[in-house]
This record gives sequence, C-alpha cells and structure tokens, in this order.
Amino acid sequence: MTAVHTHSMNQKVKKRAELALNDDFLRNAVRFTTERLRNGKRTASEQHGNWEEWRERGRQIRLHTIAHLDYYLNLFVENARANGVHIHFADTAVDAVRITLDIAAHNQARSVVKSKSMVSEELHLNQALEGADIETIESDLGEYIIQLAGEAPSHIVIPAIHKNRYQIAELLSKEAGEELSADTTILAGFVRKKLCEKFLEADIGMTGCNFAIAETGSMVLFENEGNARMVSTLPKTQITLMGMERIIPSWTDLEVMATLLPRSATGQKLTMYMSGISGPRRSQDADGPEEMHIIIVDNGRSLQLGNPEFQELLNCIRCGACLNACPVYRHIGGHAYGGTYSGPIGAVLTPALHGNIEEWNDIASASSLCGACYEACPVKIPLHDMLVYLRRRKVEAGQGDKLETIGMKGFAAVVSSSKRFVAAIRLGQIAQKAVVRKGEITLKLGPLKGWNTYRVAPSLANKSFRRHWNTLAHELEQERKVMHPDILSRMETILADRRKGGMQHE
Amino acid sequence: MKVSLFITCLSDAIYPKVGEAMARLLARYGVELEFPKVQTCCGQPSYNSGYWDETRAAAKTILKAFNNSDFVVAPSGSCTYMIHHYPELFKDEPEWLESARRLEQKTYEFTQFMVQVLGVTDVGASFPHTVTYHPSCHGTRLLGVKEEPMKLLGSVKGLQLVPLPFAEDCCGFGGTFAVKMPDISGAMVTEKVDHIRETEAEVLVGLDMACLMNIAGNLRYRKEPVRVMHLAELLYEGVKHA
Repeated sequence: MTAVHTHSMNQKVKKRAELALNDDFLRNAVRFTTERLRNGKRTASEQHGNWEEWRERGRQIRLHTIAHLDYYLNLFVENARANGVHIHFADTAVDAVRITLDIAAHNQARSVVKSKSMVSEELHLNQALEGADIETIESDLGEYIIQLAGEAPSHIVIPAIHKNRYQIAELLSKEAGEELSADTTILAGFVRKKLCEKFLEADIGMTGCNFAIAETGSMVLFENEGNARMVSTLPKTQITLMGMERIIPSWTDLEVMATLLPRSATGQKLTMYMSGISGPRRSQDADGPEEMHIIIVDNGRSLQLGNPEFQELLNCIRCGACLNACPVYRHIGGHAYGGTYSGPIGAVLTPALHGNIEEWNDIASASSLCGACYEACPVKIPLHDMLVYLRRRKVEAGQGDKLETIGMKGFAAVVSSSKRFVAAIRLGQIAQKAVVRKGEITLKLGPLKGWNTYRVAPSLANKSFRRHWNTLAHELEQERKVMHPDILSRMETILADRRKGGMQHE
Repeated sequence: MKVSLFITCLSDAIYPKVGEAMARLLARYGVELEFPKVQTCCGQPSYNSGYWDETRAAAKTILKAFNNSDFVVAPSGSCTYMIHHYPELFKDEPEWLESARRLEQKTYEFTQFMVQVLGVTDVGASFPHTVTYHPSCHGTRLLGVKEEPMKLLGSVKGLQLVPLPFAEDCCGFGGTFAVKMPDISGAMVTEKVDHIRETEAEVLVGLDMACLMNIAGNLRYRKEPVRVMHLAELLYEGVKHA
C-alpha cells in the first residue's frame, strides 16, 4: 500500500475532499479531462444512432450473465483449461497475492511487467511483489506515472487524471536523470524507450481482463497504447487477473460490449488495440507466452449475488463514464473517495466489496444523488438508488450520525401531522425575526454555517401558502374560466385509460 | 373530476407565490384546484438520508391527502419523483401499497400537467427578457421532464432563451448533502452560478424551488442581480402583462 493510500484511508471523505478542493492543479486537471471524455462520449453515443437500444441490450446481457454466473464461469473455466490455461480461484485479495507470488517463485521470476489492471490495484499487488524482491513495472503510461509518484490511480480508466503535464514532466525528468520538457511527444517517447527494455527483460507479464468469453474460454483486452499486447506476448509466463464477474457468454455479446465500452469510456468507436487471447503459445504461433495463468478473483464480489439492491453492481464494465459525468468527482477527484475505485461506482463498490459498512459508510454521503451516473452508465446501473440503499443500511445498522438521527426523529414527528407541521412553521416564523434582514438570513452559525458560507438563506414567508389558501381559493373561484371541452375530454380519456390499466405518463 | 394541489413544503413555507401562480394559471384553463390541508412533506429529506421509517410517516400524510384525487399536480420534479418511491417504501404494507401505486400514476409535475394533461404549450404570455433555464436533475433525468418546459418557454412572446453552459450539471443542493458536505456543495453551486453569469441572462428559471433556493442563495451572496423564478411564476407574470 502506498503512503498516500494509507494516509487517505485513515481519514473521512469530507477531510479528503477538503484537500482536493484546495488543490487548484488537481481540480483544473480533472475538469479538463473529464469534460473532454464526457463530451466525447456524448458525441459518440449520438452518432451511434441507436444508443438507448444498445444500452438496454448491454444491460440485458449483463443481467443474464450475472444471474447465471455459476454456469458461465464453469463454462469459461472448462474451455480455458482445455486451451491449456492454468486457472486459479482466489476468494480474497490475500489468496490472489499468494497465488501470484507462488507462480513467480515457481518460475524464479525477478521482474514483472504489467498492463493496467484495477483488480491488481484492489489487491495492492505491486507492493507484495516488491516485498518479494521482484521488480514490478507498470506499462500503461498513466499507471507508470502514478507508480513513479507512489500514488494510487484516481480514475478507473485515466489513472493519472489528477496530474497536469508539468507535474508529469517533473516526475519523468527525475526518472530520466535529465530535464524533459513538458511536451507530450517527448514525454511519451521517453517512457516508450524505457518500457521497451522492460518488456524484453521481464520474466512475467501481467494483465487485467476486460471481458472473458465463456463459449471459448478466451479473454479480451481493450487498450490504446499497445502495451497490453506487449505484456501478453513477450514474457515467457503470463498471468491474467480477472474479477469473477468479467464473464460474458459469447463473442456475439462482445460486439455489444465493444460498442458500449470504448464509446462510454473515451468517446472512441473502438480502442486502438483489442486483443482476444485464448491460451498459451501453440507450436504454430509466432509468439506468445509458454505458460498462461488466469486468477479469478472474488474479493467481496460474491457478497452481491442474490442481493436485490446491489447485485447489479456486478454488471459494471469499468468504463468510467459515471466518474466523468459526476459533478462531485469533477470537484474532488478520485483520491477523495479513499478506495481503489472512485467516483459514483467507487462510492458504492468499495463498501459493497468490503462488506464492512462502518469503515466505508461515509463515502455514500458524498453525493447529491443527481443521477448523472445512472444516465451515463452504458449498462444502466442505478447507482443513485444504491447510494440511498447504502445510507439506509448504515441507519438500520444503528450507525447513523447521532445528531442526524435525532433530527430525523424530530422531522418525522413534525411531518406526520399537519397540525404539528403548521405549528413548526409558525414557530420558525417567530424565531427567524431575530435574524432576518430584507428577507434573507446571512448568519454563519449552527446548522446555517455550512450553507451560509456559500449562500444566503431565504426566510420563511410571512404567510404560508396554506394560511393564504382560503382567501386565494375564493379569488380563484371568481377568476376561473370554463374548461374548454377539448381539455375536459383529454382529461377524461387519461382517467379512462388509467382505469383500464393502460397509458401511463412518464 | 378532482384535481389536487400538492404544494410541497418549500413552496408552502418559503415560496407561497409559486403555488399561487400555478393555481391562477390553472384557473385560466378551468381547472378547479382542491388543496387538502393534511399534506405536509413528501419525505425526501429522510428518504435520501436513509431514514425510511421516518419517511413513511411523512408519506402517509401525502397518501391520505390525495387518496380520492383524480389528478395531483406539484410545482417540483423532485417531490413528484419522490412519490415514485412510495410503492417500494410500502411494499410490506398492503393497506398503503395500493394507494401508493395509484398516487404514482396520477401525480404530475407542473409542466407535465400543463403539456401532457391539459395539452397546453402556449399560455399566451409575454415576457420580454433574456432568460436561462436550469434543468433540475430529478425532474429531468429521473422523471423525464425535458420537452415540456422547452415547449412552454418557446411559446412565450419576447422571451429570449440563452442556453446555460453545463446546464445538466447538478447545482449542488442534494437536500441534506448541502449541509453534510458544505464545501463540495459550495463548489458545485459556485460553478453553477459562474455559468449563469456567463449567459448574462436577466432571469434564471427552473421547475424546482429547492434547486432555485440553492442557486439564488449563491447569487445573492455574490450580489448578482439575476432574478430567480419558477416557470409557473414566469408564465403567470407573462400572462398578466400580455
């Protein structure tokens, strides 16, 4: 675990967000890139023409696969084994790390070169490998940058999204031992040269897995830099880390995923490289690893199976569109979420995978529930609902904030009776007299402190609507025109349809 | 035919003029509004915070209030959408479930009611000002109210609609979110107001007083002279001046 990561996990989201909110470099970098990505996604989905239909198809494929995950996982494993792949199952992160270290020891490996894998981040695998004296190099450009910085990724797809090119030039210059200018071509050129040596030297190549195809036991990688292809062909031994839910039934289903994933992630119609790998090198192959392992990782995923509120989390295809659409992520970036996965998906996935709601139950509060995540999601995961379920789970477990719990009890007492509701408004009208100036309250005290640091608060009306109603109703009686017969008939039709159980408005 | 007004607690206690404008506008089309006084709040603050028992206490006043209504109309997309959670909230209470399902079907946000139910898109208003529109998240994304306000605004004479940059981004209200995460919420509303300033519009219009209260609060804090109105207020003012 990196220093930054350990540090951030001991704090609550509010504190971590404060750090980010005071970091203009971070906020500008995150805003710049998420805007580019979400605009790209918008254009790509509009140009597609039938986006909503494909989105629904994607959702159905994921729902079906996860509902029958045992069947498809078995099918995948049987087929992959028949292709000569060694399959391992890891219940926990600790198991997955142990399996990886065993494979490395068995092959007397001194170095590992990796392409980007969020599962690997989840396992904190790099630290474990380095602890075993195995040199570990990330080969995805963004991931390489944050490895040099000793940080965790702050975005599922763009790990170094929080850094601008000047900060990146500084990091790479240190590595190069010479001053590199903040020119993206020069910086990428340096990394390419450096990594080429590593690809050729490495004993083991490690990749993640975007999709695993059950019908042939193959795994599919989407990437733009070509590094995953190098990692999966050059070293003698290959290890793929795969979340147990990465499965889709067939190559036909991949067509839908290949349509949804790149468009949602970066606005690309297709990534630069898409590799399908069905096993180790065969005699007639020109290249490829001699030995191939797939580690299928559970690490909290199966906790969601059978849970009607959270099972759809397993439908996620890790495109990052919800992060790019999220107005909270836009301002606080990924590290503020404290876990491996950030943004709206991270806010739900992290506590769900840990099954430890007390430690992680604060991040669900860092959302305004605006639903931009749901709207952006290519497989329609209702993250905004799940955030509310997490909050409810916390309250039901008796872990609600004490003051808030008292406040909510008071709220319930007031709103469960219109008499008490009216009395509360009256009381407020009297109490506010001390603080209202020209219809506004600017006092920065008590519950108003947070609100009034950025705003002024409105005052309660001198006369509530309900107190004015009798007078208003009398005036409306005088003003009211006769209803046009067309309107009357529209309304009657709607009523009749409703009684038949037909037409529903949106 | 019984059409009932679901005033929502914010319009009741803080912005009664919104309810009044809506009622007067509807009277012009012959709609006789009934106002059941047992209604209080839809329960959104407690629902979103995870306090569902408390939410049911609020929801029951709404269910009682509108049990015999044919149509219910509310000046808020998010309070209207809250009604859509009622069947889930009462799934284990059959004595309330049926009425929860019926309420979901018969409740309309103000512009939905105007356009879908009454079939009205041109109220004959005149409003010679530059206006920008903030589409509130729950109304737009979850309830699906997108076309209706555009049609109503598009028919107002003299009104010049200026597109709001990043219009679909949340204003940062989010109910208790604004209190629990004041700095994140503050960053969001500050950016929203930056975009409103860019439009140089005289008026900001919306469909949800919670969001508008949040945005207006930041506008006033920054001494920006932009006038903030609910669409019902804008239309009614426009009709009076036409």
